[in-house]
Amino acid sequence: MGLELYLDLLSQPCRALYIFARSNNIPFEFKQVELMKGQHKTEEFQKVNMLMKVPAMRDGSFTLAESIAILLYMVRKFKTPDHWYPSDLQKRARVDEYLSWQHISIRGKGSKLFLMKLLLPLLTGQPLPPEKLEGATEELNAVLKQFEETFLQDKPFIAGSEISLADLVALVELMQPVGSGYDLFEERPKLAAWRRRVEEAVGKQLFQEAHEGILNAKNLTVDMIAPEMLEQFKQHLLKQVTQL
Amino acid sequence: MGLELYLDLLSQPCRSIYIFARSNNIPFEFKQVELFKGGPGTGPGRAAARPSNSEGAGKVSLLKKVPALKDGDFTLAECTAILLYLSRKYNTPDHWYPSDIQKRAQVDEYLSWHHTNIRANAPKTMWIKVLIPLFTGQPLPSEKLQEVMEGLSASLKQFEERFLKDKAFIIGSEISLADLVAVVELMQPVGVGCDIFEDRPRLMEWRRRVEDAVGKELFFQAHEMIFNIRELSNIQIHPQLKEHLAPVLMKMLK
Repeated sequence: MGLELYLDLLSQPCRALYIFARSNNIPFEFKQVELMKGQHKTEEFQKVNMLMKVPAMRDGSFTLAESIAILLYMVRKFKTPDHWYPSDLQKRARVDEYLSWQHISIRGKGSKLFLMKLLLPLLTGQPLPPEKLEGATEELNAVLKQFEETFLQDKPFIAGSEISLADLVALVELMQPVGSGYDLFEERPKLAAWRRRVEEAVGKQLFQEAHEGILNAKNLTVDMIAPEMLEQFKQHLLKQVTQL
Repeated sequence: MGLELYLDLLSQPCRSIYIFARSNNIPFEFKQVELFKGGPGTGPGRAAARPSNSEGAGKVSLLKKVPALKDGDFTLAECTAILLYLSRKYNTPDHWYPSDIQKRAQVDEYLSWHHTNIRANAPKTMWIKVLIPLFTGQPLPSEKLQEVMEGLSASLKQFEERFLKDKAFIIGSEISLADLVAVVELMQPVGVGCDIFEDRPRLMEWRRRVEDAVGKELFFQAHEMIFNIRELSNIQIHPQLKEHLAPVLMKMLK
């Protein structure tokens, strides 16, 4: 029994893991955990991750949660090419810096917009008030500006001339608001160029395959959600939106 | 010009870096940043641009936050990144960030989870109990405080059941970066009078072990400011800062 990755590709960090593992030909068993069906709450999955979140990993008897921890584990165990997590002290620190900063900024605001624009309306049957959406969009725009000015600057990738974990983690997060209908790349040519570079570096086909679900998120319907999960989801998302 | 660390010990991540560097005898220049005395463009989460020692501060981190590191021409922000950089550059003892791939993964796992759980909730206690009344003149919103404490309790429960369990430290028998990052965050509510260790004996035992591991004196020295947080009320807060922050804080009250 080899490496098992517990994933739902609707989730950004799951996509990062999936793309990283496939791109590096890391052998693993894809264990589907469908969030909309509540499969993350099953007793079986709780044995893998009692926090009931995806992604999760099991390697023999060793289980691990948190996408960044799992990515770094794979880097080390499978000795992936250096550029993913450079051995150069300063370049590595740049990657660490981004991976730390992104939690509340890019990930937080990107998720928030996705929840407000797509997921909550799906669950409640009504769109959110436009001022709320505007507010969330503005917050995302502000962190995008920081991303471009502080992290990307004029470099091809965050750590310099080659792709690293930072770029992969960043891009999968930015695809979430895109999936909800906010094309944040449209008027940001520098960001769009960077996105193309990342897609090419991991493989365009793989990238597109990983994002098929999220880019069709608009076609999700409420009956795809397990009825017993509906109320729980609604409450959980409403709470998340106020915290993000 | 050696290593410079830009710190305000009122800030939790600054304390973990300070304790880590001192505990490991890493030579550095302490560049004091006083978050609340800053001029324009400053405030909690932003490095103060005080003329006397700011030649580096403004330039140091484009993110304009504390903590920040300057090592020659190299500048770095984000606590986790700084701690890892220091552990690598100064070859600190293995237990801080174990070379064993599974133990290391468990440290990474905690450091990641920390951001959106403990660190999302613990700091709010200070905002609610001290900063909001101080900056906005509004009385302490007690229902809001209760909400925050409930959120923090939920995170603490997960911390005990999922991360600490029955071990001495998060990854086992020795202290690591995970414990240090966790404990400084939990001292924030303590500093403002929400003693979360009071009814949590297992957590208290763990805290004592962490204090012993880094050195009790150093631990208390690092936390002197937060223990005296009431004095913040007497600090002359820069008027522009107050003006800038008041609406942000009012928004938090909703």
